[in-house]
Amino acid sequence: MVMEIDCKGMYYKKLNKMIRDAIDKNETEFILHNINGQRYIGNGINEKIKITINGVPGNDLAMFMNGPSLIVNANGQDGLANTMNAGEIIVYGSAGDVLGYGMRGGKLLIRDNVGYRTGIHMKEYKKQVPVIIAGGVAGDFCGEYMAGGVLVLLGLDKDEDTPIAGDYLGTGMHGGVIYIRGEVEEHTLGKEVSVLELNDKDIKLLKKHLGEYCKHFGLDLEEVMSKPFIKLLPVSSRPYGNLYAY
Amino acid sequence: MRCNCYIPSGCSISGMMSESGKRMDGNAIIRSIALMHDRGNGLGGGFAAYGIYPRHADQFAFHMMFDTKQAKKQCEEYLKDTFDIVLDEEIPTRPGGVFEEETSGKDAEYGARPITDPPILWRYFLDVPEEKTTFVTEDEYVVNKVMEINSKFDSAFVASSGKNMGAFKGVGYPEDIGMFYKLDEYKAYIWTAHSRFPTNTPGWWGGAHPFCLLDWSIVHNGEISSYGINKRYLETFGYKLELRTDTEVIAYLFDLLVRRHNLSVEIAAKALASPFWKDIDRMPDRERKITSAIRQVYGGALLNGPFSVILGHSRGMVGFNDRIKLRPMTCGRADDMLYMSSEESGIREIEPDLDEVWSPKAGTVVIGELHEEVQ
Repeated sequence: MVMEIDCKGMYYKKLNKMIRDAIDKNETEFILHNINGQRYIGNGINEKIKITINGVPGNDLAMFMNGPSLIVNANGQDGLANTMNAGEIIVYGSAGDVLGYGMRGGKLLIRDNVGYRTGIHMKEYKKQVPVIIAGGVAGDFCGEYMAGGVLVLLGLDKDEDTPIAGDYLGTGMHGGVIYIRGEVEEHTLGKEVSVLELNDKDIKLLKKHLGEYCKHFGLDLEEVMSKPFIKLLPVSSRPYGNLYAY
Repeated sequence: MRCNCYIPSGCSISGMMSESGKRMDGNAIIRSIALMHDRGNGLGGGFAAYGIYPRHADQFAFHMMFDTKQAKKQCEEYLKDTFDIVLDEEIPTRPGGVFEEETSGKDAEYGARPITDPPILWRYFLDVPEEKTTFVTEDEYVVNKVMEINSKFDSAFVASSGKNMGAFKGVGYPEDIGMFYKLDEYKAYIWTAHSRFPTNTPGWWGGAHPFCLLDWSIVHNGEISSYGINKRYLETFGYKLELRTDTEVIAYLFDLLVRRHNLSVEIAAKALASPFWKDIDRMPDRERKITSAIRQVYGGALLNGPFSVILGHSRGMVGFNDRIKLRPMTCGRADDMLYMSSEESGIREIEPDLDEVWSPKAGTVVIGELHEEVQ
């Protein structure tokens, strides 16, 4: 059964309680209509449910989320997937600032642009590796203090003058990997990252994730892969290890 | 003046402008800021509105707050000596008025909080006597008097002092403040709004946003950590900072840079949120020289700390962020309307069908300009 909720003018607390109560009664699929600004949708939910969100969801969408799959048919706001643990979010639009803050697992597929501080403090543990893919461009501080995970920027349909990533790219990064389709200017790079060429393992990994991405957004994988990518890796796993050591 | 000193944190701002000068009532801006209710904590809410006094468009409209009748009397003596009072009246309010509707950002049960304990709220439509402007301009004269009232009278404050505009602010949630001041009965071509979550300065009626001087108004989300430097800088030009809140400096800096120093609003915003030296070094020659000169001359005007700001003035609305975007701002356009808000949903709430929606890059200015005369 699919539960459809008209959320027009409904306070987020009421909506989120309604969803939780329904999950307790084994509901597995939700379609939320007329969403506008409701915060914390999908927060901390462990069940593998599906939520379709029609409208702009409020801040901290899917915080601590641990399993569900979300489809957002609009732009996302700030703090999307904050400390998310597992699950999948597909955004048919752009996402705001601090996307995937401290994300520990799961997948974010964003059709368009992402804001400032995308993937900040993202981390991984053994097989639990979070993935963020954005089809457009990113703001400053992309991958800041990143400690793990995979972050991909595609820069599709961007103007020639628009950089694919902003300033301070990968500042403080000490784990994980950033793949960028195109070039970045040296001066925009954080001190803690270096630019490398992709090897076969990278290509394989990219093809796996981008295959899925292209399917969702109706893109041609070969075309997306036809432009060369670069890879950013941290220079050191402990860039500040000696900061306070004499 | 009464203070409520709680220390918990956030803020939200919203602005809307008809670039063709169409005047709209306050219901939409109230709905927009109500949607972001939970960003504030009820210790300050306020609105700036432009085009609301067409019948007194030539007079300076002083919105005043007095703690006591005594203060009002003393201040009125002063106003009589310094201005020609064309009209004075109580600012109409709806005591106990609240925004009752439930929205996706506001709980109907717990959200509404009637506005209580307002100071005496009075407005004066003032002409500057001709003989007073022999040596100073009218604007300069008014600025001096505003500074004098705010600093010399303990219990009297000027909330706004521009022509054909006004600030409506106080302690409470903004949507309740909006109902309290009957903003549904005013019509303006620019509305800005603020919901406050004071972090390190008191929540009091005079400390609510917007901060205004002449027709400048500022609503601000964030914290100006350079406040001390900016304050000392402004004091050397005769400004008196009496409102115990960092945001006050932004209003006076625009007055100084744009009105007195004749800079454009864009250049003034560049001085306040100047590019970093490493970025200036990479600019083309001419741009580098201009930007360096502005940074050097206006070092005391540089704002540090996190902020997103909406500036209102009689010809337009301007939004900008701090240089590393530590506070949110989304802009949208639909026909002749320009919107700015802390959250996209704050815009969609009042205009679901936007032609364009974007988040401006940090340090860049979004400008709305009046293209036609106000209708």
